[in-house]
Amino acid sequence: METINTDVAIVGAGGAGLRAAIAVAEANPSLKVALISKVYPMRSHTVAAEGGAAGVIKDNDDFEHHFHDTVAGGDWLCDQDAVDLFIHEAPRELMRIEHWGCPWSREPDGHVAVRPFGGMKIERTWYAADKTGFHLLHTLFQTSMKYTSIERFDEYYSTDLVVVDGRCHGVTAIEMRTGRVRFFRSKAVIIATGGAGRVFPFTTNGAIKTGDGMAMAYRAGVPLKDMEFVQYHPTGLPGTGILITEGSRGEGGILVNKDGYRYLQDYDLGPPDPWPRKKAMELGPRDRLSQAFWHEQQKGRTISTDSGPVVHLDLRHLGEAKINERLPMVRELSQSYIGVDPVYEPIPVQPVVHYTMGGIDTDIDSATCVDGLFAAGECACVSINGANRLGSNSLTELLVFGARAGEGAAKIAANGDAGLDGEAQDVAETAEAQVLALFRRNGGAESVSGLRRDMNEAMEAGAGIYRSEDSLKTCTGNMQEIRERYANVVLTDKSNVFNTDLIEALELGSMIDVAAAMACSAMQRKESRGSHQRLDYPERDDDTYLRHSLAHYSSTSLPAVKYRDVTITRSQPAERVYGGAQE
Amino acid sequence: MSRRPYVREISGTSWWLRHPRYVRYMAREISALFIGIYVLILMAGLFRLSQGEAAYEEFLAKAEGPVGMIFAIIAMVFAVYHSYTWFQVTPKAMPLMIGSKRIPGSFIVAAHWIGFAIASVALWMLAGDRI
Amino acid sequence: MSERMIELEVLRYDPEQDEAPRFQTYTVPYREDWVVLDAINYVKDELDRTLSYRWSCHMAVCGSCGMLIDGEPALSCHTFLRDCPDKIRIEPLQNFPVERDLVVVMDDFMDKLESVKPYVVPKEEKNIDDGEYLQTPAELARYKQYTACINCLLCYSACPQYALNDSFVGPAALAIAHRYNLDSRDVGRSARDDVVASNPGIWECSFVGACSEVCPKSVDPAAAIQQTKIASTADYFMKFLMPWKRK
Repeated sequence: METINTDVAIVGAGGAGLRAAIAVAEANPSLKVALISKVYPMRSHTVAAEGGAAGVIKDNDDFEHHFHDTVAGGDWLCDQDAVDLFIHEAPRELMRIEHWGCPWSREPDGHVAVRPFGGMKIERTWYAADKTGFHLLHTLFQTSMKYTSIERFDEYYSTDLVVVDGRCHGVTAIEMRTGRVRFFRSKAVIIATGGAGRVFPFTTNGAIKTGDGMAMAYRAGVPLKDMEFVQYHPTGLPGTGILITEGSRGEGGILVNKDGYRYLQDYDLGPPDPWPRKKAMELGPRDRLSQAFWHEQQKGRTISTDSGPVVHLDLRHLGEAKINERLPMVRELSQSYIGVDPVYEPIPVQPVVHYTMGGIDTDIDSATCVDGLFAAGECACVSINGANRLGSNSLTELLVFGARAGEGAAKIAANGDAGLDGEAQDVAETAEAQVLALFRRNGGAESVSGLRRDMNEAMEAGAGIYRSEDSLKTCTGNMQEIRERYANVVLTDKSNVFNTDLIEALELGSMIDVAAAMACSAMQRKESRGSHQRLDYPERDDDTYLRHSLAHYSSTSLPAVKYRDVTITRSQPAERVYGGAQE
Repeated sequence: MSRRPYVREISGTSWWLRHPRYVRYMAREISALFIGIYVLILMAGLFRLSQGEAAYEEFLAKAEGPVGMIFAIIAMVFAVYHSYTWFQVTPKAMPLMIGSKRIPGSFIVAAHWIGFAIASVALWMLAGDRI
Repeated sequence: MSERMIELEVLRYDPEQDEAPRFQTYTVPYREDWVVLDAINYVKDELDRTLSYRWSCHMAVCGSCGMLIDGEPALSCHTFLRDCPDKIRIEPLQNFPVERDLVVVMDDFMDKLESVKPYVVPKEEKNIDDGEYLQTPAELARYKQYTACINCLLCYSACPQYALNDSFVGPAALAIAHRYNLDSRDVGRSARDDVVASNPGIWECSFVGACSEVCPKSVDPAAAIQQTKIASTADYFMKFLMPWKRK
């Protein structure tokens, strides 16, 4: 097995991974950075984000408001010291990427423009038309080409972290074009592999969002934090699950049920007028909007289609000019994929899994409990998003915590030594052997696609928008069974060259581990908070559960879930108030 | 080791037959050949003119004969096609903007056709009693 | 009523087994709202797990799923079955070496993208605390369309110059160079010249225009290249007429 020696290995080349790579390169140009990704960087799912990135810059805004919006939006599960750091760094990072060429939309005088977004009292979302994630990713990727210390390893699928005695010594990865496993020996590793939406059958997430980095850290001894919190974005296209940005509601779009009624006013988000109005009605937080849809569906007030129940997102009153200027991609997506032109007809939408608030347990510096191991972006949980993420905080999070991970890794790499040659090599070779064992296995009964479908269906049924003791008990039982069945997965494709059957099988393994953590954490949390809603425990219980859940991996059984207090500094849990009831 | 990327070659001579857009491109390019030959014919005419009226009348007889006229018509068709394709693409090469709005390509194309018409009429009039 | 079925004729290639690529036909169900990618995913999930291809976002923004569909470069996630015949020929992108099945080797493009210095070379250094470079909506509009490139490589697949001579820098890379040249914050045009305004750069282009026709994001790389030719020609004359002027 070939060993590649490097100083910092970064797994994942999306927004967080690229930002981390640049941070290492700038902090210490003599350090070698190996940027390892299972896809070419411009394919990373950051590219699909649409609406914008939040940061305080306008005179009518201040940090206290961004702090309060985020903490309340997260239903007080956010670590407030982390949120404080995040909101202060946010405008600096967004300004930095402007200097790097990001084509932010502008006001007439040339200053960066901001737009309103869900759950935020004052508008602070910087945007680049309705393709902000696309522009951020391409700006970061193209800027990263300036730094000669960054070496890219494109289409390398990382399989295992090499950890000895609580210290990380690198990562093993399959070079997809040859099938060979390589050991990236490094002094620090940063995981930036994104979320795990593909655990569910209907998601805005692309094929690659399979939680591989989460699973790697998890198996290496890092707990997965707050995994029960999965965000359903309220407006996805039926069938494909394609995301229709929150920005469409920020510009004034409304949601109506089958009677043409703006139903959100029935769920403590009203009154409906005046509109648009921040933090009210369609600009409420995502968890509340998706939950309202569920209730409408129970009442029979949603519209039935071949792709399930939908409601209507009506943009007609915005007019063609405004839609073309601010929401061109929304128009194009809607026309192409469901044949609806939002200038003339309302768009059918339904809640779709979108974001995993939970992830690899990190502290405020993106560091994990394993020495030399960092994580940033959607795969990590600091936590600044708590029980529910506000739209446009995530893109900023990639930059802020990607940079912190890079800086932290650079410090460790500058001081560290290679250390423990033999033992690390053994761990790496064991990892390689496991991959080969899966590759060579014959005569098993399971196929990747069949088992994956069963996992998807079990998660949707048991751990959807609303959960219960029964649904979760069934779900966790299913997860255990599915994990046992995974041992019988056999590959049909036996080629060494770009074997996607193998890659999908490994991704399925990651998803099964992550799904089990989600289901078990959900079952243990006997309260409703943010995006985790229990029919049997409908109230929030701060006395018992103002805590992060920490799922610990076991190779033989379902994860054990422990708890850690949330860091509260200055905002005590209160009622989440939206709509007219605010002040 | 086991990689063996396969290069699918395309024919250097018949690649343009694969799609109508490439046929149109080749037609546009070949127009230069016909226009070039016509320019040579004009230059030959000038030369003959310098050799006196008899030489020039002989030249005109050939140019206005059946072969000459057929060639002239073909050359004119190609010349108009060349102008058409050239005008169509001019907006791409010179994007004109007023503030944030781009002037529609059709305006620029139309302006070129108007100029073409004016120049054609002017030349026609200059040609005087030869018509 | 029996289900309507269609046929996919897919070019396969496993270098460990095949001397050369060969076609394999699959029969898949027809669905009104399916794109070609959905049909290909059906093949992989239900019929043949050995089929390799790239895809991710399924919304025409990541650029992974470019391939030849009935001979035309297209994104498989944006090509609807309802617009295709009952038998669809699917091949990997033209003008790139085939790695495996529908996966092509993209290394050449990645190198060329890097060679055009696709990043801002700032006019003046600014600190974060000094705020943003002011850029009016009009200045943004000048280069905005050229920022839309998703690196899907359909343009390279359509370009006959690239087909016949792969040293050509190519449409997407040149369009991205143009994006930076037009950005009011950038002064890197002369730094990009040795790659862009060179023989294998813009001067290899004979304005076939196929690139712009197949581009799914209306970037119009052909326009970018022609504009760069004009700017470069003007630079050349300026060098003699006004040598003191900076570009």
